[in-house]
Amino acid sequence: MKGLMAVFRKELADNFNSMRFIILSLIVLGGGVLLTIFVAAQNIRSGVTETTQYIFLRLFTVSGDSQLLSFPFFMSFFIPILGIVLGFDAINGERASGNLSRLSSQPIYRDTVINGKFLAGVVTIAILVISLVGLVSGIGLRLIGVPPGAEEILRLFTFTFISIVYGAFWLALAILFSVLLSRVATSALASIGVWIFVLIFVPLIGSIAGSATGNDQIASYISLISPIALYGQSIQAILIPSHPVMFVVSLYYTGLEPNPLPLNQSLLIAWPQIISLIALTALCFAGSYIRFMREEIRAT
Amino acid sequence: MSDKVIIETRDLVKNYGKFVAVDKLNLSVNKGEVFGFLGPNGAGKTTTLLMLLGLTEPTSGTATVCGYDSTKEPVKVKHLGGYLPEKVGFYDDLTAVENLDYTAALNGLTRKTAAKKISEVLQMVGLSDMAQKKVGTFSHGMKQRLGIADVMVKDPLVAFFDEPTAGIDPEGIEQVLALIKNMAKRNVTVMLSSHQLHQVQKICTKVGILSKGHLVAQGSVEELGREKIAGGKVRIQVQLAEPSVKLIKLIEKVKGVAGVETKDDILLISCEKDLRRQIAKVAADCDSLIVHMKIEEFGLDEIYMKYFSEQK
Repeated sequence: MKGLMAVFRKELADNFNSMRFIILSLIVLGGGVLLTIFVAAQNIRSGVTETTQYIFLRLFTVSGDSQLLSFPFFMSFFIPILGIVLGFDAINGERASGNLSRLSSQPIYRDTVINGKFLAGVVTIAILVISLVGLVSGIGLRLIGVPPGAEEILRLFTFTFISIVYGAFWLALAILFSVLLSRVATSALASIGVWIFVLIFVPLIGSIAGSATGNDQIASYISLISPIALYGQSIQAILIPSHPVMFVVSLYYTGLEPNPLPLNQSLLIAWPQIISLIALTALCFAGSYIRFMREEIRAT
Repeated sequence: MSDKVIIETRDLVKNYGKFVAVDKLNLSVNKGEVFGFLGPNGAGKTTTLLMLLGLTEPTSGTATVCGYDSTKEPVKVKHLGGYLPEKVGFYDDLTAVENLDYTAALNGLTRKTAAKKISEVLQMVGLSDMAQKKVGTFSHGMKQRLGIADVMVKDPLVAFFDEPTAGIDPEGIEQVLALIKNMAKRNVTVMLSSHQLHQVQKICTKVGILSKGHLVAQGSVEELGREKIAGGKVRIQVQLAEPSVKLIKLIEKVKGVAGVETKDDILLISCEKDLRRQIAKVAADCDSLIVHMKIEEFGLDEIYMKYFSEQK
């Protein structure tokens, strides 16, 4: 336990001192702030007349027609980069610098190294996500002047939690590659490769398969292997209480806004996706363990 | 197993696929010894060290350190033993103190004892002035000394050094050797691998020669030399002012002398034991002047080459 704390403390300090993290967090926080101001301005312009419910949550979702400028999209884009940046050289970086031999000859179990690094990474991601959500909420509150209700706050907490889990997945994936591949550049490329594949090619394959078979379900099934889709679906369910669930889709298109669901119902919708994300994280973690625990650690 | 044996391997085997890196290795190192592990590149020295530290699993056989099985209880072994790998690395953007701090924390030292211990070991390795400098600015020799400090922070009972003097300048080598010797004085058992024979000879009380995974010899340098080069005899070198046939005949008659060889004015006398006193007496009786007389010393180089020429 002492060993874990020691690794955790050192890695956390390293994360916050590293130039790459500082640059990335400036981009993320800056981008988040700009986005909020933009969205809030739009909301104010539209007069918030359509509905009086969940005005505060709209800060995080609606942004006119442009999906690209919504906060969830922004998060689903930057969190993977954050996770990869924090984890891509976790183990092979130590090996390359000659520290791994020294580290593993200390009286700690080997998994302590992975656990400590993972934990430090997750905490780093959590701090960034929480401060981003806090910042956006604060600025939004200033700009639109409507305080969030209790349920909205709970929903924001859930959203934050899911975002952290999503970050943890990308971190675990990056750590897995850093264990499997011996060169830092290769593992960074592998992680980014997976990210691009999931971001661009999985939806593409889904839609091709969907149109080829004439079955729309296939696209959604295929998207379930994509952590980006899992994240997108789950936070949509959480952040948009009136999220069109499968059976209300037709209602939605007739122009009738479905009644918003209570939080526990939204959670129920998001639950499979959240569990899938956690399972994918665990899978990456198990892979890292299996490989690293019995590996020979040679100092060359 | 007696309490004195600190490091022991029994029929230790390590295969990499079909390649046998270490083959049925049996060795034991007693408390307080400085054991030099010799052999050409690829003989299995590093692999053996890794198995002793639980950094790789043996194919069969056991390795024990201080009575703990290195494979089953690696954490206990690593608690008692320190390891300096061949290519030691530190976190370049941390200072020397911060690097050692991390090691101390991983070993469960409290902040207070760690701070005291770190300044003590940095003093010992002569890096006190560099304590607050980033390790990235250190030379190879300095890193090596910092590596020794890193091993000493945890107050080990056993220290493993893999090629501790490789790639550093002569002055650095002297410093490193002095530090290792100093550790042995503090009752730390040391096992080091090297192929720089002169240096090993200077500090090791016992050596083991490894070739293709086999331990071909084990013992003190003197023992090995006597056994291998002199055929188990003590050899006395005598330089005379005027060698005479008469004297040689007389020496051959001394009890215990097995043979005498002559090389110009030097006599090489093989005996069962140290007979310098008797030989001096014979020479004095003969009125011959002895320029000097000594027991032949064996260089590790000679011994080593002898072993490997026989192998071929």
